[in-house]
Amino acid sequence: MKEISKKENSLLARLANGLLKLKEAMGPETEPVLAGIWTDQSSFVSAIKGLKQKGYKKIKAITPCPIHGLEELLEIKRSWIPWVTFVFGLFGCLFGLWFTWWTSAVDWPLIIGGKPFWSLPAFIPVIFECTILLGALSSVAALLYACGIPSVDPPVLDKDLTSHKFALYFDLKNKKSSSEELEKELLALGAEKIIHSEF
Amino acid sequence: MNEVNNKSNSPISKSLKRPPLVTGKKTFKNITDDICALTEKWPGIGYFVALFSAKSLFLFYIAVMAAIVVVGMGLMGVNNPVNWGTDIITFVFWIGIGHAGTLISAILFLFRQKWRTSIARTAEAMTVFAVMTAGVFPLLHTGRPWLAYWLLPYPNQRGPLWVNFRSPLVWDVFAVSTYAIVSIVFWYIGMVPDMATLRDRSKGIRRHIYGILSMGWRGTARNWSHYEMTYMILAGLSTPLVLSVHSIVSFDFATASLPGWHTTIFPPYFVAGAIFSGFGMVVTLMCLVRLFVPQFKDYVTLNHMEAMNKIIMLTGMMVGYAYASEFFIAWYSGSHFEQYVFLNRAAGPYWWSYWIMVSCNVLIPQLFWFRKVRRHLVAMFIISIFVNVGMWFERYVIVVTSLHRDFLPANWGMFDMSFFDFGALIGSFGMFLTLFLLYIRTLPAISIAEVKTVAHEGH
Repeated sequence: MKEISKKENSLLARLANGLLKLKEAMGPETEPVLAGIWTDQSSFVSAIKGLKQKGYKKIKAITPCPIHGLEELLEIKRSWIPWVTFVFGLFGCLFGLWFTWWTSAVDWPLIIGGKPFWSLPAFIPVIFECTILLGALSSVAALLYACGIPSVDPPVLDKDLTSHKFALYFDLKNKKSSSEELEKELLALGAEKIIHSEF
Repeated sequence: MNEVNNKSNSPISKSLKRPPLVTGKKTFKNITDDICALTEKWPGIGYFVALFSAKSLFLFYIAVMAAIVVVGMGLMGVNNPVNWGTDIITFVFWIGIGHAGTLISAILFLFRQKWRTSIARTAEAMTVFAVMTAGVFPLLHTGRPWLAYWLLPYPNQRGPLWVNFRSPLVWDVFAVSTYAIVSIVFWYIGMVPDMATLRDRSKGIRRHIYGILSMGWRGTARNWSHYEMTYMILAGLSTPLVLSVHSIVSFDFATASLPGWHTTIFPPYFVAGAIFSGFGMVVTLMCLVRLFVPQFKDYVTLNHMEAMNKIIMLTGMMVGYAYASEFFIAWYSGSHFEQYVFLNRAAGPYWWSYWIMVSCNVLIPQLFWFRKVRRHLVAMFIISIFVNVGMWFERYVIVVTSLHRDFLPANWGMFDMSFFDFGALIGSFGMFLTLFLLYIRTLPAISIAEVKTVAHEGH
């Protein structure tokens, strides 16, 4: 290791430095949070209801799988991804229409099988595939953007949150009530563990 | 609440109660452990024997393909007039296999068929591998696969000379490549949360690999909201896509003016056949998975197998209807050429291939009328193999029997498969099975997150 640090210009060292910089750039921005962990799904859901009754807002949750009804409870707005699909799908369709027309009727028109240069019915399959391809890929790109992924080494609050545990977490920045009070509330609502961490 | 509980305990509602989708009263932790275990434990000797055999077959396939590419297409049985041989037959066969995966993952998802959840991942994997296997054949068939990029419209120094967008073969390039890309993306996006599960359970190099594959998935409620929306959109886009792909494959035939190919029934007939053959392959693979991975029996229950067998029977009768309809139209059209082709199929020199097709695809699946057969693993395994054989012969019948007799008797010929034809056909199973065996031990073979959402629901 020492040898590498001596020769700072060596390829390996530069590569390692580059990777570290990339990791920093790709890593998510984190904030200090306070989180409560639940194992039982129903007490987790009733804890959200309890917190809402006590006037807590902007509750955020982590679950191992999508939970029915959680979006309404946490007041999560309907995803905007369908708009992306629609716009890019339409763009794919128009691109296909333009491209088949331009190549077959404008750039180098050739008579094939006595058909018109612009044989729209025969171009429909290609236009259709362009629509689907662009619609699908743009939706996935929008999903990645919306979820902030790919990100390198995002902090993990608890390793079981992708398996069988549920978490509620709160940003500690701009928090009016003290974190001790919140801790007590979470424990009273059945949280089995409290975590202070960056997330 | 109490009233509801009392009601569900009464004998009538007990008998009407739906059997659970996942048996064994699994908790979330059990589900994670059961599914991840397959990727975490060192496989037994049986797995290595299977992998080694599949890989050897794959290597043999590569050697066969290399010989065909280096020496030329003359090694295969194609000739004039049968210029479409094993390559096109097997291409259509593998593309068809892939369709069941998309049907299970997309169409049954839109129809809210919750039983699809346990088998969707493996069926999608089958789609991806089947499309990859299929994609090799048309390239091989061109004889000069190193010029395959000519199939794509790109600016070139020859004018630029663009591809002919009126040609069904170009439609095929667009359809199959779009299908491959969208299937891979759909499959992968479905796996991202499960990769995060695997990442959080593992250490060392495995943690790094699954960490990269999970792309840093966190599973917040907002993430899941976007994720479920995207999943539904991809299902909605895949549904017309999968129907278009086999319709376009059938256009390769149907837009030609050759008797036996030139029929309007081809697109629905091909799509039904594709789903039929694909479910045959899913049942074959799932029987093997249940045999070698006993902990999956709680997730892929006999109820799942029975539901798939019902679809096999239904789609089998649909292709049976198409076979009958072709004969009727040949008679009703009054075209001598059309009538000759169909009589020649059933009673000509290739009569055996026609009757293998009819018995495997229409007659044998009728056994699924019996509940005992639908729920008997050995019986359904054997029937599913017959379905696979029958569907390969369907494409053989369509390609070979239509081509070997033309309008002019001077153009008539015969088609014989050479060693290289058999090598490419059998070897392609090596490629498919190698990919499948590697998949089943390295990636989550059942969707962990999705199964949790239906763990306590009825069938």
